[in-house]
Amino acid sequence: MSKILLDIQDLRLSFFTPAGEVKALNDVSIRMNEGDVLGIVGESGSGKSVTAYSIMGLTAHPGRIIGGTIDFNGHRIDRMTEKEMRKIRGNEVSIIFQDPMTSLNPVYTIGDQIREVLFLHTNLDKKQAQHRATELLKLVGLNDPEKRLKQYPHELSGGMRQRVMIAIALACEPKLLIADEPTTALDVTIQAQIMELMIELKKKLNMSIIMITHDLGIVASMCRKIVVMYAGKVVEKGTVEEIFYNPKHEYTKGLLKSIPKLNATEREKLVPIPGTPVDMLNPPPGCPFAPRCEKCMKICIRSMPEFTQISDTHASACWLLQKEAAQALKGGNSIGK
Amino acid sequence: MENKNTTGKAAGKKTLVEIQNLKQYFAVAGSLFQKRYVKAVDDVSFHIEEGETLGLVGESGCGKTTTGRSMLRLYEPTSGKILYEGKDITKVDMLPYRRKMQIVFQDPYASLNPRMTVGDIVGEPIDIHKLADSKNDRLDKIITMLERVGLNSEHANRYPHEFSGGQRQRVGIARALAVNPEFIVCDEPVSALDVSIQAQIVNMFEQLQEEMGLTYLFIAHDLSVVKHISRRIGVMYLGKLVEIADSYELAFHHVHPYTKSLISAIPIPDPVVSREKKRIVLEGDVPSPLNPPSGCRFRTRCAYATDICAENEPELRQVGNGHFVACHHI
Ligand SMILES: Nc1ncnc2c1ncn2[C@@H]1O[C@H](COP(=O)(O)OP(=O)(O)OP(=O)(O)O)[C@@H](O)[C@H]1O
Ligand SMILES: Nc1ncnc2c1ncn2[C@@H]1O[C@H](COP(=O)(O)OP(=O)(O)OP(=O)(O)O)[C@@H](O)[C@H]1O
Ligand code: SF4
Ligand SMILES: [Mg+2]
Ligand SMILES: [Mg+2]
Repeated sequence: MSKILLDIQDLRLSFFTPAGEVKALNDVSIRMNEGDVLGIVGESGSGKSVTAYSIMGLTAHPGRIIGGTIDFNGHRIDRMTEKEMRKIRGNEVSIIFQDPMTSLNPVYTIGDQIREVLFLHTNLDKKQAQHRATELLKLVGLNDPEKRLKQYPHELSGGMRQRVMIAIALACEPKLLIADEPTTALDVTIQAQIMELMIELKKKLNMSIIMITHDLGIVASMCRKIVVMYAGKVVEKGTVEEIFYNPKHEYTKGLLKSIPKLNATEREKLVPIPGTPVDMLNPPPGCPFAPRCEKCMKICIRSMPEFTQISDTHASACWLLQKEAAQALKGGNSIGK
Repeated sequence: MENKNTTGKAAGKKTLVEIQNLKQYFAVAGSLFQKRYVKAVDDVSFHIEEGETLGLVGESGCGKTTTGRSMLRLYEPTSGKILYEGKDITKVDMLPYRRKMQIVFQDPYASLNPRMTVGDIVGEPIDIHKLADSKNDRLDKIITMLERVGLNSEHANRYPHEFSGGQRQRVGIARALAVNPEFIVCDEPVSALDVSIQAQIVNMFEQLQEEMGLTYLFIAHDLSVVKHISRRIGVMYLGKLVEIADSYELAFHHVHPYTKSLISAIPIPDPVVSREKKRIVLEGDVPSPLNPPSGCRFRTRCAYATDICAENEPELRQVGNGHFVACHHI
């Protein structure tokens, strides 16, 4: 059995804004094993990035964790001070962001920025750090690493900058690499390079990856497990096959039906999900997807369904499944429309 | 000038818009004596038939937006011709054509004036082209347009910030439709939207095309979306059209080395298909358009490149019915 690396339980996190409380995460539970590649997908604003930042201990004002636990590699992240967190961040867990330009410092060379991370977390001397920095750039496939170390971020292309970000994230060989839309700003041919690189490095360094993306193609080709989020809640989780071939939540089903497929040999009609995304200041009390769900029942509007376990690895929070389960048990209809 | 009829017009179909050998260069800072140019669009020709959708794909900076904007004469073309219903409009007064040719932008957040109500945003082009006889007529027209795109009269008095991304994109489309255009350049109209909202907007574009007989140039970097909506697709690389064909022909029987790598790089949202898919991972980055490679512009990243690729620029040649490719080794 593989070891559990990350265990988030019933995490609740809110932003206390002048306009009101934004309940960005509502009872989010995610568990991943060592060596997993986990994809988090979901609508814009569903809480993917906020989840990632909370694992990094980067919940910023006006955001606050108001419930639940984050267990990572033996650390209770939710209870740690910033000082304690600094030892872990960049060392045991690293993150790469969507836009490499905003996360690299424009006034320092690439070399400065890699060495800084190394000095912070290791005992390498100057010469060793230089050697390690060169090694890292080679690892992420940048040619001419000595020259690159002396260059500034703006002298590199988008794809090269993203490789540098990965090099920095990998500097201390983290157990977990979180990639928050790491290729959204890149062209598909460059995206393919970066995805290939991440999978290759995962094998080489034996790390785990959380891949946050809205691109279902990326999750299908990279991830083994998937968490689907909607409006601050996890609505479904399972293996990549379970989610793609046997989706159980109405949002997941709708999402899969609404994307055109490049390999479709006949013209398919796209089936969009009607309605608009949730207003996070006034979220519905029940299932967050209820206002857009075509199978919505009275109970869906009133209260949030529990997870129904479909297999050891597959679970989904939808009243339809609860109803099926209840029917199967009692042979009757317990939840009326 | 030689009129290269490069994109294979079918007999009996009416061409609505056409560009011939279009070049759009932008001067950028260089030394005092030597101006340098970004050759954003360099000798591109294609036509679009009435009622059809031509998709345009390619990597960032390859010239898709510039092509679309030049067709509407939002830039003055460096050289080449733009024909509308067979008439050369490269040098004419555009006002009468502005009504017929519209554009929808990528970013539904930035492209709408935040200080105007949605009603006035949609009404502005109606005013510019003096299409309303009275205040009531103007309002009627605005409401008709809002309803066409799935909004309603209540929305007219609201401001853009009160809307979601998908709704704002609908407003942008209503504005483009308000003057009853024939041709619309859709520049990445769904790229900024959530996947679940993209399908709503794509379906709406299709429905409007059917109802109003619209013709589209549909620009996007997502080939799956482009294939879904387009009848034909053109692929650009560094200012050049490298391949153009029927959408299915392009998706399944593409031949240009660049198209091959582009399509192989697209991750398919199906785990089994995706895992079995062979990727051609391209080496290197896109060269600078300020200093494009000699000969074939793709040669620096192309696995098939030989000496001739550096010496001569390949011309678009027909390789099948309506299928054209610019490559020395095909
Ligand atoms: N600093 C903040 N102040 C107030 N609300 C915030 C803040 N940061 C995030 N939120 C809210 O928290 C929710 C979750 O945001 P998050 O960035 O995690 O979404 P996401 O799933 O990553 O979306 P996207 O796909 O657009 O990146 C959103 O409703 C967002 O508006
Ligand atoms: N007004 C301008 N002045 C100078 N250069 C320009 C101008 N507009 C575009 N360019 C350059 O022309 C080239 C083509 O740009 P264009 O915006 O047409 O590309 P694109 O294919 O639409 O890219 P994207 O997918 O990023 O939107 C780029 O190198 C760009 O930097
Ligand atoms: S012309 Fe040469 S370099 Fe260009 S795509 Fe064909 S083989 Fe490759
Ligand atoms: Mg995010
Ligand atoms: Mg563009």
